[in-house]
Amino acid sequence: MHMNLSLGPLQYYWPREDILAFYEAAASWPVARVYLGETVCFRRHQMRLPDWLELADRLAAAGKEVVLSSQILIEAEPELKVVRRLAGNGRFLVEANEWGAVRLLVKEGLPFVAGYTLNVYNHETLGVLADVGAKRWLPPVEMSRDTLAALLARAPAGIETEVFAYGKLPLAYSARCFTARHYNLPKDDCQFRCLDHPDGLLLSTREGEPFLTLNGIQTQSAGVYSLLGELDSLRALDVATLRLSPQARHMGKVVEAFQAAIAGERVAADALARYMPGKPVDGYWHGRAGQECAKEHAC
Amino acid sequence: MPLDLVCPAGNLMSLKAAVDHGADAVYMGFRDNTNARAFPGLNFDEAQAAEGLRYAHDRGRRVLLALNTYPQPDNWPRWTQAIDSAARLGMDAVIVADAGLMRYAVKNHPRLRLHLSVQGSATSYEAINFYREHYGIQRAVLPRVLSLPQVENVVKNTEVEIELFGFGGLCVMVEGRCLLSSYCTGESPNSAGVCSPAKAVQWKETPTGLESRLNGVLLDRYGKDEKAGYPTLCKGRFEVAGETYYAIEEPTSLNTLDLLPEMLAMGIAAIKIEGRQRSPAYVAQVTRVWRAAIDAVKQNADGFKAMPGWHAELNKLSEGQSHTLGAYHRPWK
Repeated sequence: MHMNLSLGPLQYYWPREDILAFYEAAASWPVARVYLGETVCFRRHQMRLPDWLELADRLAAAGKEVVLSSQILIEAEPELKVVRRLAGNGRFLVEANEWGAVRLLVKEGLPFVAGYTLNVYNHETLGVLADVGAKRWLPPVEMSRDTLAALLARAPAGIETEVFAYGKLPLAYSARCFTARHYNLPKDDCQFRCLDHPDGLLLSTREGEPFLTLNGIQTQSAGVYSLLGELDSLRALDVATLRLSPQARHMGKVVEAFQAAIAGERVAADALARYMPGKPVDGYWHGRAGQECAKEHAC
Repeated sequence: MPLDLVCPAGNLMSLKAAVDHGADAVYMGFRDNTNARAFPGLNFDEAQAAEGLRYAHDRGRRVLLALNTYPQPDNWPRWTQAIDSAARLGMDAVIVADAGLMRYAVKNHPRLRLHLSVQGSATSYEAINFYREHYGIQRAVLPRVLSLPQVENVVKNTEVEIELFGFGGLCVMVEGRCLLSSYCTGESPNSAGVCSPAKAVQWKETPTGLESRLNGVLLDRYGKDEKAGYPTLCKGRFEVAGETYYAIEEPTSLNTLDLLPEMLAMGIAAIKIEGRQRSPAYVAQVTRVWRAAIDAVKQNADGFKAMPGWHAELNKLSEGQSHTLGAYHRPWK
């Protein structure tokens, strides 16, 4: 099977014109699939669902497979309404990022993508999802190569594996908005400060070591996960797609480097270092702490 | 039946303390990583579990078994054997997070009662109803991220009983989808059953104060007059844009005593007390206060007022000696 690339959903909150410019550029990048939609915070409204759908049409016309991603942490009825509208969009495949979305998609009798926050940690749960219509899945971002190998050795046939392969790691979600907290603003009156932080807001230790990234209600790593140097092990596991998570600058370079590596060109594992919005990490893939860099030359 | 008091049992002594002081049910885990408090020296082997069950059942109380980590593919039988043991021992319910494990339980032990663990991370009735339709779950424990009106909306739209956290350690993140601990240490609640594991903690006196580290990462530094707490990752002081503060959450505990009338009115089935890692004395004290409070609210919901003595006693036991209503109270967010 030929390995390909996908562009994950935008995790940050950018001005509308920046979002549109980003995806206009993405239309010409060598990514087979693009995930669209707001997955982090319901208050973000530069793009509403009709805007995402319009963008989806344009990217589909440019030859991309488009998938609509559902919100990860659901708290209130209006958020469920959006998930229902996604499930009933009638055109594009949906990525379910919590089990409520799974229920709604199953009710529609639709195939879907099982996102990494569904917590598929073993072959049995993957079997559950395959039985109800998942055609593709992503392991939790903390899963190691060895655990993924053990899982896939027992996995049901006919479901494709996509792996989060590049970007700041999505680590946690809260009812509380940490960006608003930083500005001493209540979440309900956050003044959309996320707009000022296109790659999130850096959190460091009291020694000044970068540690995490605050992105509204989401907490990410400060380090940038990269499996650019792991193409061989990813191929050996029959991983179908590598997911690259959007960043504010140099995303085209990131896609280019991964595409070159997939095409078999020799790409230095640290080729992306200067385009990363943080220091490289890959500990999770090697069964270690996520913040670590297992291969010094790669990270 | 409404507002059942569900108390933590980290060992047999705590189980007895909880039962003796008025818990309607206790929850426990086996002595391995099949549960989210896989701490050294904690939890039950089968013989102890059987003794605990006898003690509780003789007094008309129930025992719930937490099997709420996510099974690993290599060790899948460890989790299914734990389900088998729970059925054999006569557990009143198992608290499960993983869909594959629920499917196993339903198939092999159809009479075993299933509760959806908070680690299952279901925050909407749509998610809860998925587990209801597929595995017949009877109860769901809600993550500590919803406000009370949001909780009420869940209750109204599912026939599954809803259990809420009432007191104890406060997870700021939606449970079951927090990987901060594994990012820092390699071990997370989902995969290893621990958060901010003790073996990764380092304390050091320095000229600038007492430092706490987790796998080398500086979580906090305490001045002479500051009380140092357990270095849970999300409750450290960090720097953001030149400011040093509790960027995620203060070291504080959840305490919802004041919300009991609302919880009763909306039909909450059970209140969970966190803390299987705490001492039997702690369990006894907390259980006694909550028993009195729940009895009082059931007797007279309109006239209910938390007694100052209850708060004083609970605050003494709380992390950071302070408490919060957490996400149940909108401004916290």
